[in-house]
Parts: sequence; C-alpha cells; structure tokens
Amino acid sequence: MNTTAQLLQNNKSKILETWMQNQLQDNSLRDDLISNEELRRQSDELISSLARATSTGNVDNIHAPEYETVIEILSDISITRARQGFSPRETGMYVLSLKQALSAILEEKHSDQPEVLYKELLIIHRLLDNLSVVTFETYIKGREEVILRQTDEINEISTPVIRVWDGILALPIIGTLDSARTQIVMENLLQEIVNTGSSIAILDISGVPAVDSLVAQHLIKTVSATRLMGAECIISGIRAEIAQTIVHLGIDLSNIKTKASLATALQLAFSMRNVEVRNSSKKTGFSISR
Amino acid sequence: MERIPILKMGPFLLVTIQVDLYDRLALNLENDLISMVSKTGARGVLIDISAVSIVDSFMGRILGNIASMSRIMDAETVVVGMQPAVAITLVELGLTLQGVYTALDVEKGMELLQDKIGILEDPEEDEEAPDDCND
Repeated sequence: MNTTAQLLQNNKSKILETWMQNQLQDNSLRDDLISNEELRRQSDELISSLARATSTGNVDNIHAPEYETVIEILSDISITRARQGFSPRETGMYVLSLKQALSAILEEKHSDQPEVLYKELLIIHRLLDNLSVVTFETYIKGREEVILRQTDEINEISTPVIRVWDGILALPIIGTLDSARTQIVMENLLQEIVNTGSSIAILDISGVPAVDSLVAQHLIKTVSATRLMGAECIISGIRAEIAQTIVHLGIDLSNIKTKASLATALQLAFSMRNVEVRNSSKKTGFSISR
Repeated sequence: MERIPILKMGPFLLVTIQVDLYDRLALNLENDLISMVSKTGARGVLIDISAVSIVDSFMGRILGNIASMSRIMDAETVVVGMQPAVAITLVELGLTLQGVYTALDVEKGMELLQDKIGILEDPEEDEEAPDDCND
C-alpha cells in the first residue's frame, strides 16, 4: 500500500474534520441550498471512495475502473449542485478545499522530511486537480441540460396556434425563426389545421426581429406545406424594415398573400370565407352576418 | 396484379389511395387514371391520400404528372387529405406540387372542383340564359 492511500485510510476522520471546517469557514458556503449534515454525508462518502481507489496503488489515472465510484459520486454532486443553482466557484471550491485539507495534514505529518512531503503533495495535487476538472465538466453538462430544457420549454410555449374564427387559424411568431423552430411551428400549424378543419391560416410575423433569406425560406416552406394540406396561408405583420430587407435580398414572395397587419389579414380571411363584419345599431355594438 | 380502383362520380373521377404506394402501383395508377379521363371525358380528378403516410420524391412527381396530364386533357386535379407529416416531407424534398389544387377533405375537394368547373362553364350559361328567356 502506498503512502497516499495510507494517509487517506488512517486519517479519514481527521481529513473530514479539516475539510468540513474549511468548507464551513468559506464565506461562499450556501447553507441555504444544502444542509450541513448533507454536506458532511457527501464529503464522507467521497473521502471513503477516494481512499478505496487510491489503495489499489493507482494515483495518476482517474479514468481507470477503480476510480469509477469516485467519479460517479463527484458527478452526482456537481450535477445536483448545477440544478440547485450553485455558482461555478462554489462547486469548484468544494473539491479544491479538500486539497487544502489534505495538504495541511501532509505538512503536519512530514514536516521533518521535505523531500517526501514534496512528492506526496505533488501526487495529491495532481489527483485532485484531475478530479476538479471532472467536477467542472459535469457541472457544465448539468447547466447545459438546464438550458436545453428551457429552450424546449420556450419552443413549446412560444408557438401557440389560435383559432380566431370558424375555419380561420392565427399563428403569432415571436422571436427568431431557425430551422428547429420552423419545424415545430409547421408541425403545430398543420396538426391544428387537421384538428379544426380550418381552411385559412394567418402567420403573423410582427414579433420576428429580422428576416433574412433563411427565415424567408422557412416561411415559404411553411406556406407551401399549408397549401399542400389544402389550406390557404396569409403572412401578416410585415414591418417597413422587413419589407425593405426582403426586396433587397431579392426574395420572391409574390405568390404568397401578404398583409401589413393582422387586422387586414383577418379582413382578407373573412372575405375569402364570405364572412362580413359590419357596424350595426348602437345597442348591440356590432353584429356578424354570413 | 394489385390495382387502385377509380370511381366515376358524375363529371369527376374519385381515387382513394388506401395502401402505401410503391413505384409500380403508382405508375399503374397514372396510366389507368389518364386512360379513364380520356375514356369518360371527366372534368375533374379527386385524389384522396388521407391514408398515405409514406411519400417519396417519386410519388410526389407522379402526383404532379397526373395533374399536368389531366390539365392537358381539360380536367382539374385536386389532392385532398394530405397528412401533416407528408406535407412537411414533400416541402423538404422541394416538391410543392405547383399546379395541383389541394383541399382538406373529400367534401371540400368536391366543392372546389365544382367551383372550378362552374367558373369554366359560367360564361356559357350566361349566354344561354337570355336565350331561354326569349323562348
């Protein structure tokens, strides 16, 4: 058994104490997010598994099978921390403070043998540096998962298909249209057309910040797919700047019905469906005749 | 050999595709349909593809061909009941079936065909109407 493993094995409780002290002293400790007992349990588990892993004699290669449990525990801790909202610094300091604790104990043990101390310190540092890299990788992975989930959610809620009239659907698009979103918009719209049996769909792009040739391409695709289903598509909400860019880019929208505002598009849709909206007597406000 | 039935309904031909079309079947359908149009002098062709869930570029081309051929023979083509997934696939393949009329279901397709044929026949009726009054 090598000295590192011995050190870990024999001084487990002492290391844990020092480490806990280090963590508790740190100002950035988030006792609002994690309780002290929980922290102690996690730390204890990590030290034990680290002691087991080092006892095999392997202290450099953390990708070896004996380190699997250590990495699993660490990944688990960092992913939970990423989800709980710990900052990168707080997560990083968790492993780095173990390094401090170990160094302190090593110094105490080998104060009379500088050479051994130096070697042991090197080993410990290399090992824990590797582990902190693992922590960071998984922390970032956890954060990315959160971001991906939020993106999905935004996509889900940002493309509502509204039934504005019998046989007329409206789809306000807010935000930039990329390929993935166009796919979702298209699928939602076509499915809703089937469900409601609508014959007219109004695509309102007043919430789209900019239209480039790619976005225009996506719009044309959506219109074509709607037409294939047997429904008409009107694009509304074209602002002056958007009209300018479309013409400058040389995009041909001539065989697509376009309107400046949702109101005029709705008027067109009404006339296409032979619906008439007109003012009537003052009592009722308005009435609709077909 | 498997064939897709073509039904005659007044001046229109109705085709309901209820199996997935493989290339041979599609080619046969094209032949049968065009000879049917020529034999019956149909004014409109209604193709119901609501049961078709798989479509490829060949199938898209056949639909386009049928429409162009019918047009030459003075018949309009309406494709009805396309599934959303099929519509998306066709658009992604770049096949927007220009020149083919589309409708949501057979009923709406029928109305559309009647409208189209009506527009074509209206002038004649208008001419005939005064004659009838005079008689």
